Amino acid sequence: MRRVVITGLGMVTPLGCGVEHNWAAIKAGKSGIRRIESFPVDDIACQIAGVIPRGDGSDGTFNPDLAMDPKDQRKVDDFIIFALEAARQAVADSGWTPTDYDDQSRSGVLVGSGIGGLNGIVEAGYTLRDKGPRRISPFFIPGRLINLTAGYISIAHGYKGPNSSVVTACSTGSHAIGDAARLIANDEADVMIAGGSESPVCRLSLAGFASMKALCFTFNDRPEQGSRPYDRDRDGFVMSEGAGIVVVEELEHARKRGATIYGEIVGYGMSGDAYHITAPSEDGDGAFRCMKAALRNAKISPDEIGYINAHGTSTMADGIEVGAVERLFGEAAKSLAMSSTKSMTGHLLGAAGAIEAIYTTLAVRDGILPPTINLDNPNVETPIDLVPHKAKEKKLRYALSNSFGFGGTNASLIVKAFEG
Amino acid sequence: MSEVAEKVKTIVIDHLGVDADKVVLEASFIEDLGADSLDTVELVMAFEEAFGVEIPDDAAETILTVGDAVKFLEKATG
Repeated sequence: MRRVVITGLGMVTPLGCGVEHNWAAIKAGKSGIRRIESFPVDDIACQIAGVIPRGDGSDGTFNPDLAMDPKDQRKVDDFIIFALEAARQAVADSGWTPTDYDDQSRSGVLVGSGIGGLNGIVEAGYTLRDKGPRRISPFFIPGRLINLTAGYISIAHGYKGPNSSVVTACSTGSHAIGDAARLIANDEADVMIAGGSESPVCRLSLAGFASMKALCFTFNDRPEQGSRPYDRDRDGFVMSEGAGIVVVEELEHARKRGATIYGEIVGYGMSGDAYHITAPSEDGDGAFRCMKAALRNAKISPDEIGYINAHGTSTMADGIEVGAVERLFGEAAKSLAMSSTKSMTGHLLGAAGAIEAIYTTLAVRDGILPPTINLDNPNVETPIDLVPHKAKEKKLRYALSNSFGFGGTNASLIVKAFEG
Repeated sequence: MSEVAEKVKTIVIDHLGVDADKVVLEASFIEDLGADSLDTVELVMAFEEAFGVEIPDDAAETILTVGDAVKFLEKATG
């Protein structure tokens, strides 16, 4: 089987724009959660979110003009612009900009989103009602379709190989990276741009998740403390916007051109709960089988995993994931570390798995365990080190990243330190 | 330049993100100003909105340059 390595990283999150800026914030245990100020929220129970810091592009701020021509920005929803920005960083980082026809044909894009352009659909709905069908923009459809992330990225970078998207709610980013790695392993491409993007911070999306009682309601006056996985006072997830994109590449292809190799994707597992539309089964069996499939794919045993980047959304599902990990790891759970970076970023839904795959890769690269912040009073009893409050050093060889989505869709990725 | 022409020019600059000096009467939206077929549909919608007129599809198909748009709109609003 062809080996697959990670050669480029790009991200824009509530913690900032750019990978090293993000990683510094993660290591320092910073929260990116703020009170929502860009639209009225007085009548919505949850009034906080992870919002990307906008600016001129300096000091970790996000400048959309660097990602997309200003005249084109109004044609698309933000999730496409976020994806373009993260892809721009990842491609520049990897240095792979194919111009030769054959090289372009072996370079593809697989980027998804959980929800896509919800806000643009709302706005177009008002236009349809108030002004009639002749006032709907010809860019309405292409600016909302989820696979236009992959479409726009391919146009920007000349990647003419496989072009596709994943839509698996909060597992999207992990599935996209895993599926892209598999395309490379199966010799259908040599290089893939892969990841997820989401722009859910709008009134309809907040109202929808609030109606499910899935969001954090009680920290509107203390937004930075709102996302608190495994803590006694957690009361729901905090929604966030952003994108994470990686460039994955066949090992020999990367070696030949002297690319920087961040890590190797050695395991990918998937499973379905077949249980409930939004709740995971209480015994965590879906998560258990998903991680087990990833370990089988990597041909390693649980005790070789040093760190898990948990799905850990700051909801009732946190404890179920812990239970599944304990069941799978047995005695090895005692020497395992597992943290939720969502305590800092909030939940980026379809982008979550992608940004967390990046944090997991950097954890392996640097031997650093990202913390779970706001974990003041754990409500789970476990031998697993949940890395409360502060990042720690720990040499890592293998790390696993979990993502679980509505519909009972699960994905686990295993990243290995690159050893040649 | 007429009032209609000024208004058309402003809309074209705004929608296509082009320099003002390129927006001359002879300029073709697609050949000279970098528009694609979707851009031209949106431009026609913007003209309709700004001038309060309806431009039927068969008429829209004949509006290929800035001058075509000005001529049509001067007639329609005159």
